Amino acid sequence: MIDIEGLRFRWRGARADCLVIDRLQLAAGRSVFLHGPSGSGKSTLLGLLAGVLLPTQGRVALLGQDWATLSGARRDAFRADHVGYVFQQFNLLPYLSLRDNVLLPCRFSARRRQRAQAAAGSPAAAAEALLAQVGLGAALWARPAAQLSVGQQQRVAAARALIGQPELVIADEPTSALDAALRDSFMALLLQQCRAAGSTLVFVSHDERLAGQFDEQLALAALNRAPHEATA
Amino acid sequence: MKAILAIAWRSAWARRGTLALVALSVALSTFLLLGVERLRSDVRQNFSQSVSGTDLIVGARTSPIQLLLYAVFRVGGATNNVRMDSLQDIAKHRAVAWMVPLSLGDSHRGFPVLATTTGYFEHFRYGDKQPLRAAAGRFFSGDLDGLYEVVLGAEVARRLDYRLGDQLTLSHGSGEIAGTEHADKPFTVVGILQPTGTPVDRTLHISLQAMEAIHLDWVAGVPLPGQRISAEQARAADLEPKQVTAALLGLKNRAAVFSVQREVADYEAEPLMAVLPGVALDELWDMVGAAERALLAMSALVAVVSLAGLVAVVLAGLNERRRELAVLRAVGAAPRHVLWMLAAEGLMVTLLGMALGVAAVVLAIAGAAPLLQAHFGIGLTLAPPDATQWALLGGVLAAGFLASLVPGWRAYRLSLADGLSPRA
Repeated sequence: MIDIEGLRFRWRGARADCLVIDRLQLAAGRSVFLHGPSGSGKSTLLGLLAGVLLPTQGRVALLGQDWATLSGARRDAFRADHVGYVFQQFNLLPYLSLRDNVLLPCRFSARRRQRAQAAAGSPAAAAEALLAQVGLGAALWARPAAQLSVGQQQRVAAARALIGQPELVIADEPTSALDAALRDSFMALLLQQCRAAGSTLVFVSHDERLAGQFDEQLALAALNRAPHEATA
Repeated sequence: MKAILAIAWRSAWARRGTLALVALSVALSTFLLLGVERLRSDVRQNFSQSVSGTDLIVGARTSPIQLLLYAVFRVGGATNNVRMDSLQDIAKHRAVAWMVPLSLGDSHRGFPVLATTTGYFEHFRYGDKQPLRAAAGRFFSGDLDGLYEVVLGAEVARRLDYRLGDQLTLSHGSGEIAGTEHADKPFTVVGILQPTGTPVDRTLHISLQAMEAIHLDWVAGVPLPGQRISAEQARAADLEPKQVTAALLGLKNRAAVFSVQREVADYEAEPLMAVLPGVALDELWDMVGAAERALLAMSALVAVVSLAGLVAVVLAGLNERRRELAVLRAVGAAPRHVLWMLAAEGLMVTLLGMALGVAAVVLAIAGAAPLLQAHFGIGLTLAPPDATQWALLGGVLAAGFLASLVPGWRAYRLSLADGLSPRA
């Protein structure tokens, strides 16, 4: 599913590598908790996994496909097809409705559009089903995303990451802006939905209390052999 | 691509306040560019339509442009008159087919009065060699019975609401000085001309004898004190004009135009000149051409400034939109999508601005045309854009598109550099 070998990554202009990982393999359908303090290279690793960044050395492959062998445009298309992404916050385009926000991946990926259609009859129906599953009722679907609370926005982001059943869902500290009660319900929801869709979940957080709910835990500090001085 | 256009539209709509201001500035520059060009071409069109079929205009020595302006456009005045016997002499030249004397100087409520002969209606041509026609009534008779007859241009009749049979009096000069009415000799409207789109529309036509008659008891621009000649008494006086302002000449053979022109210039009894209307018009264009070009250049500058404003506004907003770009990247948009999204936004604003500008031009022409027609005799027409105007519109559009690529390119670079984690 995810295959990293001999990875070295250095920001352009930096004097030292910020990420050095000899080997990392993740199996399909697993949920993985990746934790590490700020500055341990978490965001960089996610960028590499999503094919937005390319390694300075070594190989990062998703579904057997080495990101580095694809052209820029092909990488974007491959990411649109296979990766769902949840940010820490500000996930949504404020001027689009909830439904349109969830549908965004289907606009850029024919594969996810087809899968959503196969799952619910139409992409819009799939988006609405997902919104209902994350607890957002029909009354909200046509509302602009800007009117939602932070907790609601994160749930819309989860629905969007999951539409069209991408093989990989990446969540970059998605709960850090939520309070404890919201956090727990969001976690439960995300794990359950990823399991239902059969998606691999890579979840990044510095909050180790969440780790227990995952199939696997990885400590980036232990994994990363780069000298500790680096960037976020 | 359709997906990104739909998103670009929604995104732009969310920021419609700022973008509307930019669109307004684009609209203003389109309005200026198109309006100036329209005015320029319509004025030229009007001027060159004003006289045709006249081979030479004869007048006292002055500049050719001045002679053309007062003889044809009733703008300005003559510094010297022409003696009638000189003109009659010239009319006898074997190459001359006809000669129509013109006498100017009086007015009626701001409209100029032209005294001439019945030959004027016969020989004067405008536009594409079109003759004057009466829309109602007839031309003045030119004899003593019809001495106080006046034929109105279409605009005069329309604006002052005159009908056949109405009586009116003329003012001496431009009519701005009180007490200089020829009140004792009223004229009767016997004819109203069809609209021509030329200064004829704004002119009242009387016979040369009538012009003499109303000035019998005047000297040097004021009524002679204690001397009154009534309208009836005037009929008995000698009404043959001794001098007029200018004359139109028609030749039997156009090839003779330069030799006749030279002979008029060499006329010994009086210093005279003859100009070819087309040549004088060209000289006039040469003179006003620089001003026109300056005006057009200013309008082009305004367009550049407004497009620079477009670039500045979209660029300034870009930093706050780095999150938006990262979200788009995360859901599968490529940097080139981001480029097109920003370019499409600029293009939408430009197109909207241009549409507003064109609409404003149409409204302005519809609104100002009667005023311009009434005050300057310039007929603006609502017509589809001509080649030059299309070129201007195309130029604004192309410049707007190129300008939009600037923030597009910046967004492209940003979204390549930022990836999914904007360092904003």
